[in-house]
Amino acid sequence: MMAVLDEDQVMLRDMAREWADNEAPVAAFRRMRDAAPPEGYDADLWRAQAEMGWAGVLVPEAQSGAGMGYLSLGLVLEQLGRNLVASPLAATAAATSAIVLGGTPEQQAAWLPRIAAGELVATLAVDEGPHFAPDRVAARVEGGRLTGTKAFVAEGDSAALFVVAATDGLYLVERGEGVSVASRRMVDARSHAFVTFENAPTDRLGEGGEALLQAVTDRAAAATAAEMLGMATSAFEQVNDYLKGRVQFGQTLDSFQALQHRMARMLTEIELMRSAVEGALEAIDAKRSDVGQAVSLAKALAGDTLHLVSREMVQLYGGVGMTDEYDAGFYLKRARVLEAMWGNAAWHRERFARANGM
Amino acid sequence: MADAPEPIEGFRAEARAWLAEHFPPELKGKDNAMSAVEGPGELTEAEARWKATMGAKGWGVPTWPAQYGGGGLSRAEARVLSEEMARIGAWNPIGGMGVMMFGPTLLEYGSEAQKAEHIPPIARGEVRWCQGYSEPNAGSDLANVQTFAADDDHYVVNGQKTWTSGGQWADKCFALVRTDKGHKHGGISFLLIDMDAPGVETRPIRLISGQSPFCETFFTDVRVPKANLVGREGQGWEIGTRLLQHERSSLSGGGGSAGRMLAGKPLAAMAKEYRGDADGRIADADLRGRIVRHEMEMRAFALTLRRAALDAKSNSGPSATSSIMKNVGARITQERAELAIEIMGMQGLGWEGEGFAEEELAQTRTWLWGKAVSIYGGSTEIQNNVIAKRILGMGAKA
Repeated sequence: MMAVLDEDQVMLRDMAREWADNEAPVAAFRRMRDAAPPEGYDADLWRAQAEMGWAGVLVPEAQSGAGMGYLSLGLVLEQLGRNLVASPLAATAAATSAIVLGGTPEQQAAWLPRIAAGELVATLAVDEGPHFAPDRVAARVEGGRLTGTKAFVAEGDSAALFVVAATDGLYLVERGEGVSVASRRMVDARSHAFVTFENAPTDRLGEGGEALLQAVTDRAAAATAAEMLGMATSAFEQVNDYLKGRVQFGQTLDSFQALQHRMARMLTEIELMRSAVEGALEAIDAKRSDVGQAVSLAKALAGDTLHLVSREMVQLYGGVGMTDEYDAGFYLKRARVLEAMWGNAAWHRERFARANGM
Repeated sequence: MADAPEPIEGFRAEARAWLAEHFPPELKGKDNAMSAVEGPGELTEAEARWKATMGAKGWGVPTWPAQYGGGGLSRAEARVLSEEMARIGAWNPIGGMGVMMFGPTLLEYGSEAQKAEHIPPIARGEVRWCQGYSEPNAGSDLANVQTFAADDDHYVVNGQKTWTSGGQWADKCFALVRTDKGHKHGGISFLLIDMDAPGVETRPIRLISGQSPFCETFFTDVRVPKANLVGREGQGWEIGTRLLQHERSSLSGGGGSAGRMLAGKPLAAMAKEYRGDADGRIADADLRGRIVRHEMEMRAFALTLRRAALDAKSNSGPSATSSIMKNVGARITQERAELAIEIMGMQGLGWEGEGFAEEELAQTRTWLWGKAVSIYGGSTEIQNNVIAKRILGMGAKA
C-alpha cells in the first residue's frame, strides 16, 4: 500500500533506496559519528546526493531543478531516514521551499540554481528556544540588519545560507558578517547549532506575505515526517529480522504469540502513519486548502508511531539493544530529535483541534 | 494488638536521636542515584564517615541478623527507620548487589561458615559483589547457561558471562555455572568467584547512554575452592531464582535504582518552567493530561508498594507479585524520563558540551539508561510470563 507514483517517482524512489543501501548504510552513519567531522555529515556522500539531483527536487525546472514536488522529496528522505543517512538534504529543502514560495524572481535566480547543483547547504531558522514556537519569534530586522538568536538550527554548522524568521517576515542571511555559529552536540550526533545574528545584512523574501512562515514550516514538518516514516519502517524490519533469528528456550523469538501481536500492532500503526505522511505530501503538491491540517495529522502520527517503534526496537532487541554496538540506540536518539522538530505530536494535536473546532 | 504502637514509637525516638547525632547534615538529599551506573567515585570525608557509622551500626541492612553485622530490626522497625531517614533527607550509604540480592540469598542458603565470612563485609559496605548470570545465549532463557565448572580438587571454571553489572569494579561474583551437562535446570550450581583470581577478565560494554556499567566477563581455567559452592551441586537454579525474586523486589522501587530515578524535580514544576505556567496550570493541555496520568500512576504504585510491604509481614519473603512491582516500576520510570525530555524539548536531547545545563545532560543520560530497566533483572516479557504462570496458573500442561 503506497501512494500512486508516476514513473519518475518510482525511479527516484528506487534509486534512492538502492543508493542508501549500497553507499550509505547505517554503518556509514556510525563512521561519521565516530569521525565527528565539523560539518556533521559525510561530505562525499552529500556530493553524491547532489550529483543525483536530489538537492534540486523542489527547484523548478526553470532554475535548473527537477521541479518534482514534495511527494518526490519525501520519497528520497524516506529512503535516507531508513539508514539514518546524515544528510543536509532536509534542511536545504526546507530553505528551498521558502525561496520557491516567497522569493522574488531575482532571489530565485540567485539561489535556486546553486542549491539545485548542490553548491551549498541552506537551512531554515525559526525557533529561538527548545520547542517549536513560530508565534514567539523575537529576532528583529531594522534598517535591513538582523539581530537575534536562533536555537538548534539544523545543519547550522555548515549552512552558507540561512532562511531566518524575524518579527515581520522571512529573510535570507548569508553566513559571514554578523553571523556567529556555535555547535550543539546532541544525542543524534547530527549538526545542530545556536546561531547569533548581530546586525547581519539581510535580503527580505519579497513574496508570500504573512502566511509564508506557516507554509514553510508545514513543508519542513511534512518532509521531517517522511524521514521519520523511513526510520520507523526500517527499525520495524530490523526488529522483525532479529526476532526471526534470535533463539531462546530452544525456539526463535518470533514463535511467541505475545511478540507476534506486538509486531502486528506496530505494522498497523506504521500503515496509518504512511497514509498520513503521504497524504500530507500530496496535499502540499495539490495546493489543497487544508494543508495545515493534513500536516498536523502526519506529524502527530509520525511522532507517536516512531516513538512507539523506537522504544520497542530497544526493548525487543533486549540487552544488546542497549549497547552502542547495535543500531537500535541510533534510531531511538534520532527519533526524539525529529519528534521535537517542527512541532511535536502534542503541538500538532492542538493545532488539529483548533482547525476542527474542537 | 492495642499495645503494639508503643514499642515502635520508642524505637522511633531512638532512631531519630541516633540519626540526629550521626547523619552529617551536609549530605542531606545528596544520594547519587547514578553511582551504580557511572561507577564508584571517591567518597568525601563526610560520606566516608556516614558509611562507616551506618556500617558499624548495621542499619544499612536493618533486618539482617545482628550476629552477622546486620541491624537485627523487625520489619516494622526497619520501616520506621526509613521513615525517619526520609524525614531528614538521610539516605542509606550501604548498597549494591550484595545488599539487594546476594546477602538475603546467602542468609537463606549459605553454610554457617559462608555467612560468617561474607555477610559482615557486605553489611559494612566493604565488599562489592557482581552477578554472573546472563550469557550471550542465556538471556531470557537463563537456564541455558554454559559456563562450566569442572570438578577437580578445585572447581575449574571456563566460559563467558555478560551484563555483569559493575564487573570492572567488583571484588567478588556470585555466578550460575554448569556442573552437569546432562540436565538443563538440574545441572546448574551457585558458585562464588573472586574477581581478582587468575583467569578472570572483564571488558566494559558501551551502552547507548555512553556509560559502561556492565561488562563481558571471561573465565579461563579459573580455580575456585570447593568451599565456595553455595548449597548443593545442582541446586543453583533454585538458589538463583530465589535471588532473582530479591532482585525484582529491590528493582521495583523503594531502595532500587528504579525508585531512585523517580526522585528529582517533579514533572509538573519542570513543565511549568519549560512550557509555561497559565494561572497555575501547565500551559500545554495535552502534556498536562499526560503528566497527570503519570502522577496518578505513581501514587497508585506507591500505595501498592505499601500494601505489599504490609502483606509481607505475614509472608516469608518476596513472592511472584514482585514481578508486577518490577514491571510497574519500570514502566513508570521510563514514562517519567520520556515526559521529562519531552518537556525540555531540544534542551533535553543534549549529549555533551556547551549549551546544556548539567541537570539537562543528566536527564538525557537517565532517559537512555532507563531503557535498561525493563530489560535487566528479567525483562518485562519474562515478568509477564511469571505473572501468567505462577500467579494465574495459565498454560499449565495437563
